[in-house]
Amino acid sequence: MKPPRFEYACPQSLTEALDLLDEHKSNAAVLAGGQSLVPILNLRMAKPAIVIDINRIPDLDTISSNGRQISIGARARHNDVLRSPHVRLHLPLLAQALEHVAHEAIRNRGTLGGSLALADPAAELPACTVCLDAEIVVRSNRGERKITASDFFKRIYSTALEEDEIITRIDFPIEDSFWRFRFDEIARRQGDFAIAGLAFAARCDEAKVTECRIVFAGVEESPRRIPELEEIFIGANVADEENIQRAKAAVADVIEPLTGGELSPAYRLHVVRELLARVVRDLAHPDMARSLSHECL
Amino acid sequence: MPRAATKRLVAGRGRYLDDISMKGEYYAAFLRSPYPHASFAVTDIAAATAHSGVVRVLTADDIDEVCSSWKCVLRNAPDMVSPEQRALARDRTAFQGEPVAMVIARSRAIAEDALELISVDWSELPAVTSLETAASDPGVRTHLHLENNLCWTFQQGAGDPESAFAKAGHVVRKRLDFARKTGVPLETRGILASYDAAANAMLVHISHQMPYQFQLHVSELLGMSLPDVRVVCSDVGGGFGIKMHVYPEEIAVCAASKLLGRPVKFVADRIESMLSDVHAREHIIEGRMAIDEMGIITAIEVDDIQGLGAYSVYPRSSTAEAMSTLRAVGGPYRFDHYSARLRSVLQNKVMTGQYRSVGHPIATAITECLVEEAARVRGESSIAFRRRNFLDRTMMPWISPAGARMIDLSHHACLDRLLALIGHDEMRDRIETWRSQGRIVGLGLASFVEFTATGAEAYGRAGVPVASVDTVVLTLDPTGHVRAQASASEIGQGIQQGLAQIIADAVGISTDRVRVGLGDTASAPYGGGAWSSRGAAIAGEAAWRAGRKLQQQILAVAAKMLQADPEALDVRAGRVVNRDSGIDRLSVGDVAHTAVFRPFDLPPETQPQLTASHTWGRDSDPFLPTNGIQASLVEVDKASGLVRPLRHWVVEDCGRIINPLLVDEQIRGGVVQGIGEALYEACRYTEDGQFGSGTLADYLLPMAADLPDITISHVETPYSGTLLGAKGAGEAGTCAAPAAVLNAVNDALAPFGGCINALPISPAAVLRAIGSLPPDDTQ
Repeated sequence: MKPPRFEYACPQSLTEALDLLDEHKSNAAVLAGGQSLVPILNLRMAKPAIVIDINRIPDLDTISSNGRQISIGARARHNDVLRSPHVRLHLPLLAQALEHVAHEAIRNRGTLGGSLALADPAAELPACTVCLDAEIVVRSNRGERKITASDFFKRIYSTALEEDEIITRIDFPIEDSFWRFRFDEIARRQGDFAIAGLAFAARCDEAKVTECRIVFAGVEESPRRIPELEEIFIGANVADEENIQRAKAAVADVIEPLTGGELSPAYRLHVVRELLARVVRDLAHPDMARSLSHECL
Repeated sequence: MPRAATKRLVAGRGRYLDDISMKGEYYAAFLRSPYPHASFAVTDIAAATAHSGVVRVLTADDIDEVCSSWKCVLRNAPDMVSPEQRALARDRTAFQGEPVAMVIARSRAIAEDALELISVDWSELPAVTSLETAASDPGVRTHLHLENNLCWTFQQGAGDPESAFAKAGHVVRKRLDFARKTGVPLETRGILASYDAAANAMLVHISHQMPYQFQLHVSELLGMSLPDVRVVCSDVGGGFGIKMHVYPEEIAVCAASKLLGRPVKFVADRIESMLSDVHAREHIIEGRMAIDEMGIITAIEVDDIQGLGAYSVYPRSSTAEAMSTLRAVGGPYRFDHYSARLRSVLQNKVMTGQYRSVGHPIATAITECLVEEAARVRGESSIAFRRRNFLDRTMMPWISPAGARMIDLSHHACLDRLLALIGHDEMRDRIETWRSQGRIVGLGLASFVEFTATGAEAYGRAGVPVASVDTVVLTLDPTGHVRAQASASEIGQGIQQGLAQIIADAVGISTDRVRVGLGDTASAPYGGGAWSSRGAAIAGEAAWRAGRKLQQQILAVAAKMLQADPEALDVRAGRVVNRDSGIDRLSVGDVAHTAVFRPFDLPPETQPQLTASHTWGRDSDPFLPTNGIQASLVEVDKASGLVRPLRHWVVEDCGRIINPLLVDEQIRGGVVQGIGEALYEACRYTEDGQFGSGTLADYLLPMAADLPDITISHVETPYSGTLLGAKGAGEAGTCAAPAAVLNAVNDALAPFGGCINALPISPAAVLRAIGSLPPDDTQ
């Protein structure tokens, strides 16, 4: 398929880009990595009047730390984020999740901001930003806003981004060393969108969980914290078996799985329960963690 | 040895269809029916025609002026009902994606823009998609003018199966459901047709497996003489059977070129490819097997429903797939009584056709599942059961009750080799250990007979003009290089290399002194192209015999030059030598140089001949059997029901192997497609006929990261009917891989009492089988 006709602009500065966005609003599509946009254009599923290519704008892809937070530019490529020393040290959840994102070639082009703006329910990174309490910084000609991740993702493919706004960076607080993080997912094939993914974080003080964050990817319309499950883990060892069973039992009552498609809600809930148990146990015993891809004979 | 062509392809010097351009070419895009079944009228093409960059908009009215319709007809199956098909549909479309109009424009993008401007009045009609509905309910018909959806029914039998079942010690039964799948060649279908009105000649570049077949049908449908149509197949990026049929778009492109007098190019994009390439293997097959008290198979019975799609594919007929299935049931086993029933049904889906290992995977799966079940009810190992029932070497040649002659096969030897390769007993111990650790692991076997290099009778008796003989023509050039033209087709399987090796060996020169041309009807001799794994078995035999003839010619000239007896000479490593002593006398180049430039140095009236040809086709054995056995080790993930293949083994007997590297890679590729069939691939339609597998995000292909190591070993039992002894190998991997994986999964699930009976194996079905999902969760 060939895309329908569109105007193409390649602004050299953020100001220029925001002017264009202001002028065209929802008739514009922003091109960063293009890993979702270009297929959508080729399939003629979207017909923007103008494509605004933001790949030449300086300073949109830097990854930096100021000691209190890690700031990742919206246009930072997945592989750059995955390999960043800041990310590996302070945001291991993000690095673990990125191992599951697509394939090498796609990660060379795809961007963090692009993934968040698209808000595909099966994407890994939106769930991670919610789990990590990130702040998504957006700009328009009207000024700058900061939106917490839990407020950013509304519905399937729908975010708090206004039609004249662009994500410029994402700020992640640096948590203290009591926090432990784990991301895992179950996908049909390596690199596929998740059947279910889980971003899990627990703050453990003297082997007892004091805070817990649970966010699923690929399960509901958009990623959110699940307080009903999180409370179950508070006050005990993270991999307490009774708590794991209670959490599994509670899943069906608190999760509203996506419908339609080939996978039934019952199937998805089953996978969610098993994934939750697996992630929690792997978090407690990382050296015994086994996933299918590491089977040896 | 690796293919000489590999360097060129890897360096980006491939000439695939889309790499080929002609001056003044236009580009075509097709308006396709969005409905599975509809009547329609094209009401307005003015806006599309007026769109900037558009040259013409064509409908059936335009195409029919220069192009006939066609219909699949088999002379030996006169009851077969398949409706007329045209390049662009008229009045009614019978599958989603059927082309109804064509835009010719200065670019593909412009053509696609113009498609959106064509006005069509559509009236949806009820559609029939499921096999069971198509077979049993004439109320909803694929084609309104037909009585029902039965394209064809067929029955065959041998012996007295009823009585065998009546007195059997055990009877086991199984039903297997197979989803549609398709071939997904890396290079999609493409064609560039150029009609020259001054010469009344058509030049066609096409990505196709058999240039001659395409030439024949284009000339027939467009009313041209055969020699005035030239078809050129350059590099072909995979065929797998997808590129051996007559497709409406491709004929439409030729017709359009004739109407416009300009080159017209069409390359299918991936969505079109998924939607309109032939699909394959949509079957429901029920099988029964009778076993006597001694554990001998006495009878097999199958009832097969095959989904054809909206038309039986032209010219070979979609029914060929089911006939191949019926012939291959029972595979390697010796049994006397057989009963088979086939219903081929029409559906409002795209046509099905030949796809790698045509029909065999279904036969192998039902047979090997029944064998596992039989061993289970007898409480014995399925290996012992197979051993007892395999057709033994001493019993061959033997005509199976399915009507195939079994000859030169090695079932026991392959089984023994496989068990050694796996380390079978240790492997079963390890499986027990893993199971005790809570892992869900299984090992499955599948033995098979794969018929290859189909002979003349298969299509000839049906009146379908398919060439099953192949020809190789050799010329020695004055520098001692051999230029060959062959009627085989190179579609990425390496036959060009294989033929070069055979010719070199036959003549007595090194492989790098042979150049093999194929694929151009203007220079290659008429023949079969690439299908049914015939390259080495048929064209290879022709190449060998032609090479021997050329060697004799060289020796005849050399003998005159040396005043010696040709019998006393030989050609070795490019030199003419004394046969007994090996003493070097002349180079082959000397002989050629003299013959071409200095014939006066030869005795008068020598008239040196240095061009040899041979045409070869097999007189006996319309289907040349090969055999082998595969094994799969799989693990099931409890959390998701996903199946991960951990290891795969193949022991295969394809007779004399010309190029082991190429044969093994063909087997590996075939196994991968078979694993895809078992675990991932399905062309999905909704109940009301909407196609849902249009992109590679929806149609899941097996990817390297998810696949196991594939270990291959060979037994070599040469075919006794040829000098070379080569048999077909290209499809063996696909033949039994789905059965091996299915048996492995069912072995893994056996401790839970569950079982899978449908391919591709769905993760939810696996969870139901282990009791993690309720049985009524039907997804």
